[in-house]
Amino acid sequence: MSIWSWSGFFDYLVNPFILGGVFTTIWLTCVSLIAGLILGFVIALMRRSKFAPVRGVAWFYVWLFRGTPLLVQLIVIYTALPQLGIRFSVIEAALLGLALNEAAYLAEIIRAGIEAVPEGQSRAARALGMTERQIMRYIVMPQAFKVIIPPLGNSVNGLLKTTSVTSVISMEELLRRTQVLIQEKFMVLELFAVAAIYYLVLTTLWDFVQRRIERRFGQSTAQVAVPHKR
Amino acid sequence: MIEINGVTKYYGNFAVLKNCSTSVAKGEVVVVCGPSGSGKSTLIKCVNALEPISEGSIKVDGIEVNDPKTNLPELRTLVGMVFQNFELFPHLRIVENIMLAQRIVLGRNESAAQKTAMALLDRVGLADHAHKFPSQLSGGQQQRVAIARALAMNPKAMLFDEPTSALDPEMISEVLDVMTSLAAEGMTMMIVTHEMGFARKVATRVVFIDQGEIVEDRPTEEFFNNRHNPRTEAFLGKILHH
Repeated sequence: MSIWSWSGFFDYLVNPFILGGVFTTIWLTCVSLIAGLILGFVIALMRRSKFAPVRGVAWFYVWLFRGTPLLVQLIVIYTALPQLGIRFSVIEAALLGLALNEAAYLAEIIRAGIEAVPEGQSRAARALGMTERQIMRYIVMPQAFKVIIPPLGNSVNGLLKTTSVTSVISMEELLRRTQVLIQEKFMVLELFAVAAIYYLVLTTLWDFVQRRIERRFGQSTAQVAVPHKR
Repeated sequence: MIEINGVTKYYGNFAVLKNCSTSVAKGEVVVVCGPSGSGKSTLIKCVNALEPISEGSIKVDGIEVNDPKTNLPELRTLVGMVFQNFELFPHLRIVENIMLAQRIVLGRNESAAQKTAMALLDRVGLADHAHKFPSQLSGGQQQRVAIARALAMNPKAMLFDEPTSALDPEMISEVLDVMTSLAAEGMTMMIVTHEMGFARKVATRVVFIDQGEIVEDRPTEEFFNNRHNPRTEAFLGKILHH
């Protein structure tokens, strides 16, 4: 075994197989984020329902998915559910696991955002004749959004890295492809360095995007308490 | 226009309102006053069903407010409401604050809603501020926008829940002036306020509430000049002497 190889390092930095893994990491993050946001929004609304059983179901969901490791959830979905006759492909299992797990965290973030909007705002909207749905859409969510953005950004940053966990069910994202190459070429340090650099690139790019979103939505509404205003 | 009949309301075991009855006829201005915690704000919030009642009945324009079949959003467009803390929507510009409910509740088109909004802003003297955000306005200005926002729905009556209590003293009169001019135009109004000078000048009747009970409900002149109730006396003594 040789020590550090610069040529190996630079080769893998532009290796199409690795770049494909980076691409998979990106879309895996995007799709599970969108699915997680939709499901998380539903769970957040359920947690505020008038009906105790609905609140109970939502509470149980959050409790279950935040209380167990994603790793365990993925293994259950991919390798244990087939015992019950429920079979998922690797991609389906990875997306399902990430989305279900992410939804539990996002539900709490969204709920906190909704609850940060003062009740007086809904009352004023109600007094104007708006329906509960209109109040949520036009009054509460736009204001909640500003409170949600900073923790949501952290969540996306986390999710970019968490996708690497799906490598255990052989999802071919960045980490998995790095490991595959390591087993062929034994350039352990060079390949992990490449993987780490790509994760850093992705999270740094996201940071940049997040800051722009925050700046865009941070204008104008000084009246609402916004903890992370810049 | 507003008929309140034997209204009782409990928070748990505590009765905030006890068998309250009063009414506001078309074109009347009724001021509701009373010590803090007396239930006056709760009473006015019951009128447009922002607070449910436990017993009794409230009718607005002949419509039973607490009938489960009543379409509440529709009923609420009949009565405009102005709150102590203005409650402008901070994410919308001033003109948008006034346009939103016109668009999505009344279904007016954009240009009609904007025209109404600008006319009302002009009326409350804030047309120049149409494109600002609420946080850029003073409290008195925000409250005038809130009045304009409620008026945009063409309500048959207006409810004011301590409209000047959150204002700095120098801004109180600009809000009261708008309310006075509304009253002069014949708007039916129910107003919870401590502004006794305003009540004296504008109200047709004054209702005094203490501990959830309507203690007095009398024409304004009589209420102020012919005092005999010790509870009213004690209250007025406290707020008139400073």
